[in-house]
Amino acid sequence: MRGWTFLLLAVLVAGAVYAAAAAVNNGYVFFAGYVVLQYVVLATAWNLLGGYTGYVNFGIAGFFALAAYTTVALEKLAPLPLPVVILAGGAISGLLGLGMGYLTLRLRGVFFSIATLAMAVVAQTFVVNWNFVGGSAGAFVIRPQFTAWLRIDYIHYLFLLMLGLCVIALATARLIERSRLGDGFAAIRDDELAAEAAGVPTLRLKLIATALSGAFMGMAGAPLPYYVTYLDPPSAFSLSYAVNTIAMPLIGGTAAWPGPLIGALLLATLQQLVTVTISSAVNLLIVGLMLVGFIIIAPRGIIGWFGIGAGLVRKGKRR
Amino acid sequence: MYLSLGLFGNAIVSGLLLGGFYAAVTIGISISFGMLDIANIAHPGFIVLGSYGAWYANSRFGVDPLIASVVLMPAFYLLGAGIYQLYYHAFERRGDASLRGLAFFFGLLFITEVGLILVFGVDYRLVRAPYIGPSLYLGALEFPLRLLVPFLASLAMVGLLWLYLSRSFTGRAILAVAQDAEALRIMGANPQRIKRIAFALSIATTSLAGAILIVIQPVEPSIGRDYIGRVFAIAVLGGLGSFAGTVVAAILLGIMESLTATFYGPSWSPAIAFGFLLLALAVKPSGMFGR
Repeated sequence: MRGWTFLLLAVLVAGAVYAAAAAVNNGYVFFAGYVVLQYVVLATAWNLLGGYTGYVNFGIAGFFALAAYTTVALEKLAPLPLPVVILAGGAISGLLGLGMGYLTLRLRGVFFSIATLAMAVVAQTFVVNWNFVGGSAGAFVIRPQFTAWLRIDYIHYLFLLMLGLCVIALATARLIERSRLGDGFAAIRDDELAAEAAGVPTLRLKLIATALSGAFMGMAGAPLPYYVTYLDPPSAFSLSYAVNTIAMPLIGGTAAWPGPLIGALLLATLQQLVTVTISSAVNLLIVGLMLVGFIIIAPRGIIGWFGIGAGLVRKGKRR
Repeated sequence: MYLSLGLFGNAIVSGLLLGGFYAAVTIGISISFGMLDIANIAHPGFIVLGSYGAWYANSRFGVDPLIASVVLMPAFYLLGAGIYQLYYHAFERRGDASLRGLAFFFGLLFITEVGLILVFGVDYRLVRAPYIGPSLYLGALEFPLRLLVPFLASLAMVGLLWLYLSRSFTGRAILAVAQDAEALRIMGANPQRIKRIAFALSIATTSLAGAILIVIQPVEPSIGRDYIGRVFAIAVLGGLGSFAGTVVAAILLGIMESLTATFYGPSWSPAIAFGFLLLALAVKPSGMFGR
């Protein structure tokens, strides 16, 4: 399938999803659906770095929340249309990824992982001390009831935007898999020293992956303040974002773009159900246990059962 | 802000004592990450587990938290041995330790945290002991016993571990497996067994480290996260696996954090550890005492 055909198909599927949600015409569908879609973007973004190059990023909450707070700051400074705000949040988080990567990606992968984990804590420290965006007390954001033009319900609008981000993120992931960039990423994951020796510009490729991955995480986080309307540091930097985002690709499979998509749809939907029916603490325990269980028992994830991704890794060129 | 000498001196003292505590928290990472190359990011989670062990013994039976934690050490040792066994069979043997191994420990960190929340709730817990409260005075300098006793306990633990590693046969085998596991196999020892003992030891230290933590400050289940950055910053800067380096780096970080807390406010001190870590990684990844 060519790239444009895939994009067209993805847009059609997204349109069908929106039409189906609108047909149900229940506010909760959009509310819960937004969270599921947000995790599709986060999981796909994480996989750009984690799945393709093998570098584990634990600082998801940092990238995600920093963009959310960028939105809060922008709302106070100069109210802009939401798509522009999303781009701004993505740019900030992408730069953060670039900076982190530049400082730590020359070392062994473990150091990068630890640095990202510490980065999330420090980003939280800065936000707690930043009174302009509410500090530790949190910030309120007023969500308009309708959009300015077309007068769509704002929750529907947020849902639609996140759906669009899903399409862009998945198309990007698929494009990378099928390009020279993806071949370079795979070479880094399989044997970085050999790749370096063979002339693959490893540091530059890793920086591209980190910046792209960070930017998509930021874009997923930027609309958050309008969704929750009240944002405080403990909930914006919640560790559950990191655990979920890592668990989803690992459960779905990290080798190809359907993996994070399947993992996110499955796990996020399950969580929405468990949160409503049992409790949110139990639902987090389930995610933790599933994560550990899957990486021990099914290291290639759900798509591994169907043989997706296995061929992609071994074949040198694939178009 | 005016700088008083007494304030400065006391900040240095409490930083020094805090550094002793950081050494206890980090020494397990120096073994597991520094010597065995196992990036156990769940280590702070086990420390919090140790805190809850000490808290339970203290609040239920009135036992001194530090003594209770020493009694609990064998249980932590067994837990560590079990985790290593699982880790070895699932990841290390397949040569797949990097991505999935990290995610495995991350999952463990999360499971301990949520498990503690489900069992004990999210309230802050604290312990009672005769040395919490009073202070020793040396001129204008104040030595709070709440920090001094943990400092001494921590140094005792690090010293004993060092004696064990440098004098006993198994201890020297652990140092050997850190250098060259293949050579150790040729010499007739089983590297997997040696590594299991070493990893179990590293988890055993979390029992006492956890008790020290809860003596110094109240503990809630998610507090472990604040220590991930610190622990790895100290281990890296101390030169991965060097005990002397770990203690020096721990005290250095303790003093820097204490000065920051005194002169800028305690809410900034988590940022210090990260700056410390980035500096260590960017300037000299082999640490101050690197081999």
